[in-house]
Amino acid sequence: MTTTTVRPTANGLRRRVLELAERMTTPLLPGDYLDLVAPLRSGAPLRGRITAVHPETRDSVTVMIKPGSGWQPHIPGQYVRVGIDIDGVRQWRTYSLTSHTDRPDGHISITVKAIPNGTVSNYLVHRATVGTLLQLDQAAGDFVLPTSVPGKLLFVTAGSGITPVIGILRNLVDGTHAVTDAVVVHCAPTSEDVIFGGELRRLAAHGLIRLIEINTASDGRLDVARLHEVVDDLTERHTWACGPAGLLDALQRRWAEQGVGARLHTERFRADVLTTGDGGTVTFTKSGATAEATGDKTLLDTGEAAGVLMPSGCRMGVCFGCAVPLRKGVVRDVRTGDVTSAAEGDGLVIQTCISAAAGACDIDI
Amino acid sequence: MTALQRKLDNPVAHLTEADIENLGAELDAIRAHVIASRGERDAAYIRNVIDGQRKLELASRAILLFSLFPPAWIAGTAGLAVSKIIDNMEIGHNVMHGQWDWMRDPKIHSTTWEWDSASPAAMWKHSHNELHHTYTNVLGKDRDLGYGIMRVDEDQQWTVFNLVQPLTNFINACVFQYGIAAYDLQIGRYLKGKADKVEFRRQGKEVAAKVGRQALKDYVLHPLLSGPSAVTTFTANLTANLIRNLWTHSVIMCGHFPDGVQTYEKTSIDGETRGQWYLRQMLGSANISGGQWLHFMTGNLSFQIEHHLFPDLPSNRYQEIAPKVAELFERYGLTYTSGPLPQQVASAWMKVVRLSLPNALATRRLPRLGLRRASSPATRQLGKAA
Repeated sequence: MTTTTVRPTANGLRRRVLELAERMTTPLLPGDYLDLVAPLRSGAPLRGRITAVHPETRDSVTVMIKPGSGWQPHIPGQYVRVGIDIDGVRQWRTYSLTSHTDRPDGHISITVKAIPNGTVSNYLVHRATVGTLLQLDQAAGDFVLPTSVPGKLLFVTAGSGITPVIGILRNLVDGTHAVTDAVVVHCAPTSEDVIFGGELRRLAAHGLIRLIEINTASDGRLDVARLHEVVDDLTERHTWACGPAGLLDALQRRWAEQGVGARLHTERFRADVLTTGDGGTVTFTKSGATAEATGDKTLLDTGEAAGVLMPSGCRMGVCFGCAVPLRKGVVRDVRTGDVTSAAEGDGLVIQTCISAAAGACDIDI
Repeated sequence: MTALQRKLDNPVAHLTEADIENLGAELDAIRAHVIASRGERDAAYIRNVIDGQRKLELASRAILLFSLFPPAWIAGTAGLAVSKIIDNMEIGHNVMHGQWDWMRDPKIHSTTWEWDSASPAAMWKHSHNELHHTYTNVLGKDRDLGYGIMRVDEDQQWTVFNLVQPLTNFINACVFQYGIAAYDLQIGRYLKGKADKVEFRRQGKEVAAKVGRQALKDYVLHPLLSGPSAVTTFTANLTANLIRNLWTHSVIMCGHFPDGVQTYEKTSIDGETRGQWYLRQMLGSANISGGQWLHFMTGNLSFQIEHHLFPDLPSNRYQEIAPKVAELFERYGLTYTSGPLPQQVASAWMKVVRLSLPNALATRRLPRLGLRRASSPATRQLGKAA
């Protein structure tokens, strides 16, 4: 008779040790204690620590970040979702990665321009300090060059739209790819406002790119219809564009009209602008129901009327028994009139019993 | 204590409906001011508390590895007891109230938090946040009035079981975390056949699983890890849990049982306005006076009045708004019930002892033994006040 004994594998042993550790730290997890001393360790939720803040222009900075061990190298042109605690509240935004992918220290950078009333951008530009811990997601986005780089490239950017492109350019120029023919058309109010202005001009001086600067304060906005006057082989170039919606829409129209729409890749700064009217369509994502909500009816009432199994408690904003995630949308606190908005991934939880729709809402229930 | 509506000297009789609505508006303003100023300072506070509590727990458990040496046993047990108290009071209770949900940190959130106590978070949140905080001190609705095992109000019916309630209360104090779990499970309702059996069994399994996990940690794994100090680490964990139970039980008794706290009839909350709800919370709770450490170790439940008015405001703010709230009490001619811990604990215990007897005996016999009620016997007379 033969017997087979199952020898514990390294993984099995690791799992058992982890289980034992969990039983010793219950109701918390071992990670909750490790976070006290090693928040960037492997296996922890992905975080990063600010290591430096470099000014770029009068209203933009580059933030250097040491990412946690779990960080996977990004592809130039991608963005990262960053969660920052500002005035005690965690705010999530996405920023383009501007760093070289092969830095020996493995640090990454994002470049941020302060926008009027922008909570996160103004914080990063004016208040962020070295040592601050951030929450991160893995890099994402498809605003990247294909593995085999086309021979002729065109980049059309405006303002901070240069940020994903500088990431691409830096890695192109320093990397193994030879850039034979890249044109950069960049729009900024004045020449001083050009983020990475010095670096772009240096690349141009070395013949690595052709740079066309458009100073919109004196020259006016870029007229897409006349773009061929500065770039004559426009339609032959694979184009990457990043900037305000108006510019991107105009580019898309022109490229489509000329039948080369597939050669245009665009990156938009922000998702659709949230509407903050009264009432709106409420989608209950898990149950699949939708309902038209009025601005004076709570989401709890709306959900219940629509037959959704809503958790509920005191129905007066006290107990938090009704709290559910607002995946995206805008709600108004019926007690105070305060408006709260959330975008996908914010992880915002709201009390449905005191919240009314102030626009379209997706509720995760 | 007698339901407020039955008192001749009704403490709110002098307030008009308009007064009560104005009072509500003033309290709303206090709340709005705190919410508008919530920020980095508050977030740093709770993160520091959580950070400190976890480090204290780790350090205490490390010291207990050598608990065979009496000084290590004493230091480790004291540290562990304090850490468990902070976990339950200043952190667990308050996080589960949603006081820190505004930070949008999934790790410090009412929907994800779990505490070092026998009762699972979800069940506790239902019985505490939804039932107790909504129906505070309403006879027949708020089971916190005596936890269903004691009589703490003259208007609660006396039964022969109440004779032993001083003993029941003492035993409950010693095993308080299990008392809370049993209470949240509503065992009493189940025994009376009023509970959904399937749901009760499901919840019962949850409680059993959590009790098991907690016991395995405190009474098996950490002692075993201590090797030669296993037995002393076991007794250290047992003692730390006992200290935590006695402390939390005392603090919680002080919230609603001391003399001066009002109770309400079931019908009195029908159609209650926000102002009236505030008023009920104001008179239905009692504070504990003392220093910074007392407030911290009670999880700021020493500001029970402020907590009941604004259960979801960050606990570090209760102390700041207390003077404004006390000023409102004075201006509206209401009594802000407060006293030092020993006095409030004694007052609550006195009530448990006194009401172990039927009303007639309690009022006639006990004063001779020195067990006297603070309020005047006139309030005992029946008849609805305006």
